[in-house]
Amino acid sequence: MTTQLLLVQALNGLQLGILLFLVAAGLTLVFGVMDFINLAHGVQYMLGAYLGASLAAATGSFWWGLLLALPAALLAGLLLEVLVFRHLYVRDHLSQVLATFGVILFLNQGVKLVWGAAPLESPIPALLEGGVEIMPGLQYPLYRIAVLGAGIVTAGGLWWLVERTRAGMLVRAGATNAPMVSALGIDINRLFTMVFAFGAMLAGFAGVLAGPIFSVEPGMGDNVLILAFVVIVIGGIGSIRGAFIAALLVGLIDTLGKSLMPDLMRLFLDASSARQTGAALASMLVYVAMAAILAFRPAGLFPVRA
Amino acid sequence: MIRRNWLPLAVLAALALAPVAGFASSYETTLMARIMILAMAAVSLSFLVGGAGLASLGHAAAVGVGAYAVVVLDAQGVTEAAIVLPVAIVAAALFSLLTGAIAIRTSGVHFIMITLAFGQMAFFTASSLSAYGGDDGYTLYSRTEVAGARLLENRLAFHYIVLGALALTWAVCAMLLASRFGRVLRAARENAQRVEAIGLAPYPFRLTAYVIAGAIAGVAGVLLANATEFVSPAILSWQRSGELLFMVILGGIGRLWGAMLGAVVFVLLETWLAEITPHWRMIFGPLLVIAVLTMRNGLSGLVHRRHG
Repeated sequence: MTTQLLLVQALNGLQLGILLFLVAAGLTLVFGVMDFINLAHGVQYMLGAYLGASLAAATGSFWWGLLLALPAALLAGLLLEVLVFRHLYVRDHLSQVLATFGVILFLNQGVKLVWGAAPLESPIPALLEGGVEIMPGLQYPLYRIAVLGAGIVTAGGLWWLVERTRAGMLVRAGATNAPMVSALGIDINRLFTMVFAFGAMLAGFAGVLAGPIFSVEPGMGDNVLILAFVVIVIGGIGSIRGAFIAALLVGLIDTLGKSLMPDLMRLFLDASSARQTGAALASMLVYVAMAAILAFRPAGLFPVRA
Repeated sequence: MIRRNWLPLAVLAALALAPVAGFASSYETTLMARIMILAMAAVSLSFLVGGAGLASLGHAAAVGVGAYAVVVLDAQGVTEAAIVLPVAIVAAALFSLLTGAIAIRTSGVHFIMITLAFGQMAFFTASSLSAYGGDDGYTLYSRTEVAGARLLENRLAFHYIVLGALALTWAVCAMLLASRFGRVLRAARENAQRVEAIGLAPYPFRLTAYVIAGAIAGVAGVLLANATEFVSPAILSWQRSGELLFMVILGGIGRLWGAMLGAVVFVLLETWLAEITPHWRMIFGPLLVIAVLTMRNGLSGLVHRRHG
């Protein structure tokens, strides 16, 4: 493992972390404000990727695809909220898990029906093709740097929105004590719907960005969903700051683990089994981290409710 | 006893009579075995969720530990039930003890998530076992033997053994819930503070329940491995844990036998819809949503309401 490879993997890890943050941000807000477990948040990421890829193919431009996919993802989120999720806020967590799992089954299969089971192609926009020399003799894809930048800008915007605006203040207040906010005369249901649709759009945005990097295929949201849950549980449910730090942590652990573990395993095993064992153990690392953090801080790193 | 439990007793009786009544083809017995084994795992999960208030999203992992015990012993050439079964039970119980000791310190949503995390760890561990097929899984060339006899290869014998295991699971879980131990569990589910106030710590009770449920799931895993003669990491994926949880909720959380009903309906519906269309999940998903939105107490709640 050279320092160059380590640098590339660290950048990849940060970029995975940023994508995870975009998904986790909506999840943690919905979870924190509405006390609602939305397993279907992952399919909103998938939907974003599909909408982005197919709209880009239809318009012939990645940018039009991105521009049109965002409101489409927002609408999809609104539609799901009105049709299904709204009726689940008062129910217990288990009912929410069950019903949103039903939504996952439907949409994963629906995507297969509309776009087919084969992965969809999502080309990198011409403007961002090629690489940048980040170190003498070391090229890094420009698109991945752009994703990193877009994610950081979005995270900053989100921070400003949540910490510095009136709407954000209500969201934070809702995460701490929703009944109290409602008692003070705020239409909590409208706030819920807004937060929900916004979260769906962020997940969709992450999906569009991820399209050219990962393969756009049915079920692509499931793994991201589980990782996003790990992120919000580590970060503390309802905390944007916690989600940001935990997302970068999870992205780095996962990516670095996947590149380092097989080499580490080669000390004990032959090459082919080292690759398999190392990859599997690396996938396990984030869960080990989560279990360890929860064992010592049962409410996560930045608990919202004291 | 019989009046209140007529429906699950009828289900068990139907399963007992089915092979005699002409449902003895390989396809039918395989389907019934799948129903009964999943029902067993679901009843043990219902004991946890409904009895102890511990909603685990990693129950398939315990099933998987049991199944992988069969695989590991098979690779060593050991197929004797007198060895396989105790090893599987101890392995599943030990796994539950280690993970439960940490998980039960948390509660609510965090418990759901940490059991999911442990389930994922088990899943990736199974994927990393390259000696036992890794991702591709492991094919068992013969079923577990009972005292040297290939009893489980016999379709009928296997059917009744699985049925007996399911009935025993239901009886044991029901008796545990009715006992003093079960009363403490239920009381702690309703109000842990009051239980502590009368001088009982809920933690050891919950952990014991978690280990018992895990051990039963381990037995279900042994049976599942024998039924399919193939074990892959897929049987401990989080979707499997989710499905078990749905059988419990579909059947109704308050009653143990609801999980049995949930398993029957789940597997039959899944099989039937899959025969109609390859896109059966597009029908199954909305059905799940509708079931949750319209039935507050699951299928057993519907039955119970009609009969006052």
